[in-house]
Amino acid sequence: MLLIENLKVELGGKILLEHIDLEIKPGETHILFGPNGSGKTSLLMTIMGYPQYKVVAGKMTFRGSDITTMPINERAKLGIGISYQRPPTIHGLKTRQMVKICGKGTADAEGLAKRVNFSEFLDRDVNAGFSGGEIKRSELLQLMAQKPDLMLFDEPESGVDMENIHLVGKTIAQLLEKDSEPVSEAKSKMQKKRERRKMGLIITHTGYILDYVAADKGQVLYGGRLSCISNPREILSCIGQNGYEECVRCMA
Amino acid sequence: MHGIDDLRARATKAIGKKAAFGPDVDLNEFDSAPVPHTYMADEDLCELPPEEQKRLIMAGLDVTQKDRSGTFFQKDTSVIHCHSQQQGIEVMPIRKALEQAWIKDYYWKLAAVDADKFTAAAELGLHDGYVIRALPGSKSIYPVQACLYLDKEGLQQNVHNIIIAEEGSELHIITGCSTSPHMKKGIHVGISEFYIKKNAKLSFTMIHNWAEDMMVRPRSVAQVEEGGLFLNNYICMKPVKSLQMYPTTHLVGRDAVARFYSIIVGSPGCEYDLGGRIFLKHPGNKAEIVARTISNGGRIIARGHLIGEVPDIKAHLECKGLLLKGGLIHAIPELEGHVDGVEMSHEAAVGKIAQEEISYLMSRGLSEEEATSTIVRGFLNVDIPGLPPQLRAEIDRAIEESDKDVM
Repeated sequence: MLLIENLKVELGGKILLEHIDLEIKPGETHILFGPNGSGKTSLLMTIMGYPQYKVVAGKMTFRGSDITTMPINERAKLGIGISYQRPPTIHGLKTRQMVKICGKGTADAEGLAKRVNFSEFLDRDVNAGFSGGEIKRSELLQLMAQKPDLMLFDEPESGVDMENIHLVGKTIAQLLEKDSEPVSEAKSKMQKKRERRKMGLIITHTGYILDYVAADKGQVLYGGRLSCISNPREILSCIGQNGYEECVRCMA
Repeated sequence: MHGIDDLRARATKAIGKKAAFGPDVDLNEFDSAPVPHTYMADEDLCELPPEEQKRLIMAGLDVTQKDRSGTFFQKDTSVIHCHSQQQGIEVMPIRKALEQAWIKDYYWKLAAVDADKFTAAAELGLHDGYVIRALPGSKSIYPVQACLYLDKEGLQQNVHNIIIAEEGSELHIITGCSTSPHMKKGIHVGISEFYIKKNAKLSFTMIHNWAEDMMVRPRSVAQVEEGGLFLNNYICMKPVKSLQMYPTTHLVGRDAVARFYSIIVGSPGCEYDLGGRIFLKHPGNKAEIVARTISNGGRIIARGHLIGEVPDIKAHLECKGLLLKGGLIHAIPELEGHVDGVEMSHEAAVGKIAQEEISYLMSRGLSEEEATSTIVRGFLNVDIPGLPPQLRAEIDRAIEESDKDVM
């Protein structure tokens, strides 16, 4: 479980997030909505532990450990992972090696790459010259090898072409154990749901991801505050009809 | 043709001439008297102490000679092993070659004997060196290995090498310079002349593995004829007191190509002044100079000079430096286009490791240290097109080995 209590975050002396309370229970996936600049990415980076996002008040707990001041790699070891929107290029480091790093040497890079249609990129430097959609698939490939319990997705469908959006959606659902693949005879759907432990927090503008991932809750981040919790589809249609500001007011 | 007497006369005049670049060296501090060593048979090589074998391996010389098409091994001033194990490839000591007439067409034909005190010293006090020649049309599958080894404290080693890839041949050479584990101070003066003839391909990979108090002054010039390719790789990851070189290549025929790649790590107390200069003189010529330098507190001057003399040539210079623990990296890229229609570019950057990249890798589970070393290794991992996998592995090994020192 991820528990965030009354979190206040500063970047370069400016307050970005305030009074953030958030609880993601095992097996739950939340959708994070919000206009550009509302602090969505900052929230993800803060959960991941980027030191420039300074927590000035409040607390974050993951699986019972206080992670508020924990270094990034220790959070990764605890089971937090992230799919970035614009990750940096690392020259000379092949995607294949990156997958091995994520899987601590045990990952089958070839096999995993095949699943996200990324085999031909394995011998290219990580993110070097990748298009928006290629970056997303590369990030998913890394998460597939890393297998974190809590996954943070920063606009996973942005820049992805129509042909690959299905693949991206399906892969995220699989990662979050939210896929509706035929359930084996030994396991009922109910049982599968009960055993689901993976947690997700997904930033989206378009909501395409909702066609693939049955998200449990939606949250709207507006002006640095989480303003409402509701059914993600309802939030999406409300934003679509009335805009963010109206939506936040009406839900409040 | 210059006669031997003429060469000696010119060298004598240049005996006190300072080099154009790099700190001056007082050669009187060193001893250049010959140091005799007995010739070693194949099996004797394998019986060298493990520690020496390891140092040799680091400089690319494998005493088992497995996957090599020939070996040249000079210790101090004496050649202690020299043979070719592939038809079409000749490996011989230069002193022996100089007894034959044909070599006069190559000896001091590209490098100037009176360039500076080092070229002069190499002529007046020549110890030995190698001549490696691939006969017309011959293709070597495995590289020839050549090693210049210093063992005697305070020695000035003067060598002259000539490498000839005859028409249509393909030749790969891995050459290392190294010192005995006990050795501290010495100077290596090495002249190299490269002849890449029509449609020939030569890859020359040099791995330096010196002692901390060594002075190193290589002087090399290459000439590439029509359709020829010269691939020149240089790796120096271990401390050396002072190293200065500025190898020059002339592309003298249509479609001739030269590519230089260097990977350099400068530790505290080290001073490097190096670079590459390529003259593009015929249409279709291509040149590339790529340098990756890391300073851990050493001083590195990374030069690069491309001269485009005719239209329809293409040249690129890339010089990237990473400052990890102080020191200096001075990138001096120069482009000279003499006519309309040249296509020349350069890219130079000196900086630090981006925090964003470290954080990215940490979020995949690496510690900060592991992330940093992964990025550094990536930085040094230059793609070298046309390099046989064998040699790639040698370069990777050199990088891997010195990784611990870099961090």
